[in-house]
This record gives sequence, C-alpha cells and structure tokens, in this order.
Amino acid sequence: MLMRNLTRKDTAAMASPKIDRRRQVRDAKVRVRDLSLWYGDTQALFGVDLDVAENEVTALIGPSGCGKSSFLRCLNRMNDLVPSVRIEGTVEIEGQNIYDPSVDVVELRSHIGMVFQKPNPFPKSIYENIAYAPRILGLGARRSELDEIVERSLKRAGLWDEVKDRLETPGLALSGGQQQRLCIARAIAVSPSVVLMDEPCSALDPVATATIEELIDELKDNYTIVIVTHNLQQAARVAGYTAFFHLGKIIEFNDTDTLFTNPQEKKTEDYITGRYG
Amino acid sequence: MSEPIRLTPSPQLRRRYRAEKRFKAYCIGALLLAMAFLVLFFTDMIRQGHMAFVQTEIQVEAAYNERSVDFAKRAVDEDVAPLVSRAWFRSLPRRVEHRPELMGTTRTEWVTAKADIDQYRKGNVDTLPPETLAVYERLDREGRVGYGFNTNFFTNGDSKIPENSGLWSAFVGSFYVMLIVLTISFPIGVMTAIYLEEFAPDNRFTQAIEININNLAAVPSILFGLLGLGIFINFFGVPRSSALAGGLTLSLMTLPIIIISTRAALRAVPQNIRHGALAVGASRWQTVRDHVLPVSLPGILTGTIIGVAQAMGETAPLIIVGMIAYIPDAPDSITSAATVLPAQIFTWAGMPERAYVERTAAGILVLLGLLISLNAFAVYLRHRFERRW
Repeated sequence: MLMRNLTRKDTAAMASPKIDRRRQVRDAKVRVRDLSLWYGDTQALFGVDLDVAENEVTALIGPSGCGKSSFLRCLNRMNDLVPSVRIEGTVEIEGQNIYDPSVDVVELRSHIGMVFQKPNPFPKSIYENIAYAPRILGLGARRSELDEIVERSLKRAGLWDEVKDRLETPGLALSGGQQQRLCIARAIAVSPSVVLMDEPCSALDPVATATIEELIDELKDNYTIVIVTHNLQQAARVAGYTAFFHLGKIIEFNDTDTLFTNPQEKKTEDYITGRYG
Repeated sequence: MSEPIRLTPSPQLRRRYRAEKRFKAYCIGALLLAMAFLVLFFTDMIRQGHMAFVQTEIQVEAAYNERSVDFAKRAVDEDVAPLVSRAWFRSLPRRVEHRPELMGTTRTEWVTAKADIDQYRKGNVDTLPPETLAVYERLDREGRVGYGFNTNFFTNGDSKIPENSGLWSAFVGSFYVMLIVLTISFPIGVMTAIYLEEFAPDNRFTQAIEININNLAAVPSILFGLLGLGIFINFFGVPRSSALAGGLTLSLMTLPIIIISTRAALRAVPQNIRHGALAVGASRWQTVRDHVLPVSLPGILTGTIIGVAQAMGETAPLIIVGMIAYIPDAPDSITSAATVLPAQIFTWAGMPERAYVERTAAGILVLLGLLISLNAFAVYLRHRFERRW
C-alpha cells in the first residue's frame, strides 16, 4: 500500500518540471514519508515527505499554524501525548520506522533529544538536570562517570565555565539563555541520534540567541539537528537545509542558500521576502 | 485648531469613581462584619472558658493511716471534708498503695475542691449551703483556698465528678482517629489522584469518576456516618464506638478532599516539566515520581492537613458510629471504646452542671488551638517549599 503510494508520487514528481520538493538527501539520518496528522477531525499535516541529513542542521520555517511544530513532535512521538491525535505514514530513523508497533516510545525518546520553546529545566540542581537522564538510562553507574557526562555535556553546551563552581544551585536560578543551554546540555547528555529544537530562541534576548546559534553551529559536527524557527535570519545563519511549510505541507525543501536566494515556488518567495506570513 | 484635551475627570468618570468607592466600602463592610463575628466568638469562648484552666484548691491536713485508707473521708477534718473533691477521697487508697511511705504520716496538701466550691469562687454560682459557706469563708480567711493550674483537665478522662473530668481520653481518641484517617486516606487519596491526573485516559468513565468525587466532597458528613455504621460496623463487624470505626468513617469523608487537593497540586505543575522529562526518555511513572511529585508535595501535604483538620473537628458521623459514649479512661487500642474532642465537647454541652459549661468552652478553645496549629503548619509548609516558575 505504502509502496504503491510512493511509486505513484515519485512518478508524479518526476513528471513535474519543478524541483522535486522531497529532494533526496544522501546519507539521510531521518526519512519521513507521506506523514499525515490529525488532531481529532482537523488535519494538520498532509502527506509530508522530508529527509534530514546527518550531522547537519535542518530548519523548518513557515507561518504560524503551518504544522512545523506538529511535524517536529512527530519525530520523537511527543504527539502521542495528545489524546485525540492520529498519525499516518512512516518516520524512519537510521532505517527503522518509529511508528512500528514494536517501537517503545520511552526507548525512542532516549535516542532523540528535544529542546523546547520555553526553557524547562527540572526544578532541581544544575548537576541533577544533566545527570537525570543518564542515570535513569543506566549510564554512569558510578558517580565519577556521571560527573564526566555532566562536565562533557555542559562543555558542549558552552555552559561549563559559567556554572562549574555552582553545579548544586537550582537550574531555575540561571538566566533564560543559560537555562536554554542547560536544556540543550540535558538533551545531549545521553548522546542522542537526533536533536529536535522547537523555536529554542523565541523566549530569549538577542545576545542569548546569538550564543545559542553559535552553539547549534558547533553541535552540528556531532549531532543531527532539526530546528523549528520563526526567525528567517536564524534559519539562514544556522541551517544547511531548510524546509518551508505552509498549511500542513512542505512547499519547498532545499539547501538553505538555494531556498533563500533562488526559491522555486512563488509562496516561498513571498514568505521569505516578507510579503506574506 | 481642535479643543485642548481635557485632563480633569468628566462627570461620567466621576460616576465611575463613586461606584468604585461604593463597592470598596461594601467589601470593607463585609470584611469588618466577618472579623467582628470572629472576635465576638473568640472573646465569648475565652471569657467562658479561660477560668476552666485553673481550679480552686484547698489546703488540708491529710492523714494517711489505716482508718483513712478504709474510709477516706476521715483523712481530713470533718468540717473540711464536704469541700474536698470526691475524686481525691476515692483515689486515696490507690495513692497509699503506690507510695507506701505515706502510711502513718500527716501532710499538708493542696487538694482539688468540689466543683460547686470552685464555681462559687469563680463567681459562676451565687450560693452555697450555709454550713459549707461558713467553712469556705473561714478557710479563705486563713489563706487556705487558692487557684492552681487545672492539670485534671488535661490528664483525666471524662468523669461524673465535674471537677475531675478532663480531655485526655478524648484527646487520645482523636489522636487514634487521626492516625487511622491519615494511614488510610493519604495513600489511597494520593494514588487515586495521581492515577486520575497523570495516567487515566480522558473518557466518559474517568469524567464520571471525577464528577462523583467532587460530589462526594459535598455530601453532608452525617451520611458518611450512616455509611460507616452500615458497612464497617454492621457488615464488617468493626467494634462500635471504637477509634477504628470512627477513623474508617472519617477516612471516607476525607478521601475526596485529599483527592481533589492532590489533583489541584499536580495540575499546578507546569506541563513543560513533564514534557522535559518524557523527552529525555523517562517513563510516565519516572516523570511523576522524580519531577512532578517532589514539586507538588507541599500542596499535597497542605491539602491533606486541611482534610485531616476538618475530620478532627467532625462530630456528626462519629455520633452515628457511637463515639459519643462516656469514656472515663483513655482507649488503649484502636478497637476499644473511645471518644474524640468534638464529641466530648458535645457531651459536656448537654450537662446541667455549671462546671461542665465552663469545660465545654475550654474544650472548644483547646480544639480550636489544635486546628489553628494544624492549619498554621499547612501554611508554613506551603510557604517553605513553594516553588515558582
């Protein structure tokens, strides 16, 4: 069934003179095929296809309510928490469909980190914020191993120098930007395959935003990152690939330079030039 | 040129200000009225009850010998004996038994006076029998009558001898009942709330449960008493009048309160804390145990304490399960007959003697003191451990 659908769509795409909006990415870490999502009777995603390149930043842009956050939350099945949600299609991460019945969501989420729009450190110490996930996953049985993970994660998140002397103070005592970097450190503490970021800078001031953007740029050497952003400049600055969402569909997907300088679709052009959205 | 904008209040704005002032006055009036009632209530209780904390005592020459052990009234002067509490005479042989060195001695002791002497001295009754009055006045002139702290009130159980009656057995009964209420309704209530709030799917069934729990919290407490009588005593054969029967009954009443307040405390934990934990690969239960519960614990404890405090002040359902009996001795187990503070107050309130009226008010003061301490502790917990986001 799925195969037949794919074949039909592929043929249609080849027949189209325009660029294939599902432009294949070589060595894709995540392959999403024909993903549709309903909240109750309202359909939010319409057969979305997307490839996410390994060790690259893929940005999802688009006007509010276009489905980009819903899409992102499909990648670690956070949408499962919404009672009325229904999802069809496949999301393959390293070749395994995460919507297969044999997949356990708790296991899945330990392989896919997530950073939320609003910094949400646990109401615990900085140390505990990072050490929590490794501990429940059974990494770092000894204190020294945990210490190492905490230090490494905080260093990668660029927060170590600011907090190394006060690891026992509450995470909530940090500034907003520091809290968000703490959340990033928390997400990468268990070495996830993919890190999802849902507008990670929208609650931050420009200075903190710049710090996070630099951090994302460094992280992409080791991690595959998918970032939802409202900020087009941010997408242009940090992302290697960008997908433009509109009304639950991907209108255009390309490497960021091409998408911003030479959009193939009228809607994309209108959006990135600020005429719409 | 347009007119300059007016910055002084327009008549319409003045009307709005007047309405605001009126509304504020009503609110302050309501507040003052409520405070006036509270002050009135407290002053009345303190006025009536404070003297119960002291007790008239008489200095006597107490002779401990064979004769007085046989017939206790002979231990003191014949004319003084009618003024001394019967309870003191009654316990004399026991005192000698406990302290054999008393035997054969005559000691000057301050002993509890009879309730009518006590009430006369406190000005609550106007008259005494003439011969008693004469003795009393003589003793008073000699400085042999005075007030002492009313230890009986705190160390004795109920008694038919007014000056000998106290709150102790009711206090122990209340303590047992609270213990049972806590051990039963706290774990069940908290676990129910956690399930409903964190795990249960949102469907007709859980909604029906939720509505029914909210309704249960509003059910008149006497109905819980009937339920307790029907189920615990008649069906399960729990001993009547026992702290166990009362505690189980009050647990039924406290459960919905704990469930509702626990759910409110859990709901106050921001959703993004849960999402953060789930996103790093915590299971639902780990999320609840490690992140949601620690933060909501102060709220849960506050709700529990308030629920238990309410159970502590409850009388009606306990009357139904028989916890209104005359209990002179503190219960030694949760299955022996017991009474509780409010039930003791209720019993005394129905007694004709003036001394019991005084004790009723004093009992209310003690109960209020306990409840206020419990609530203050709840407020302290909330402030001490409250977290902000």
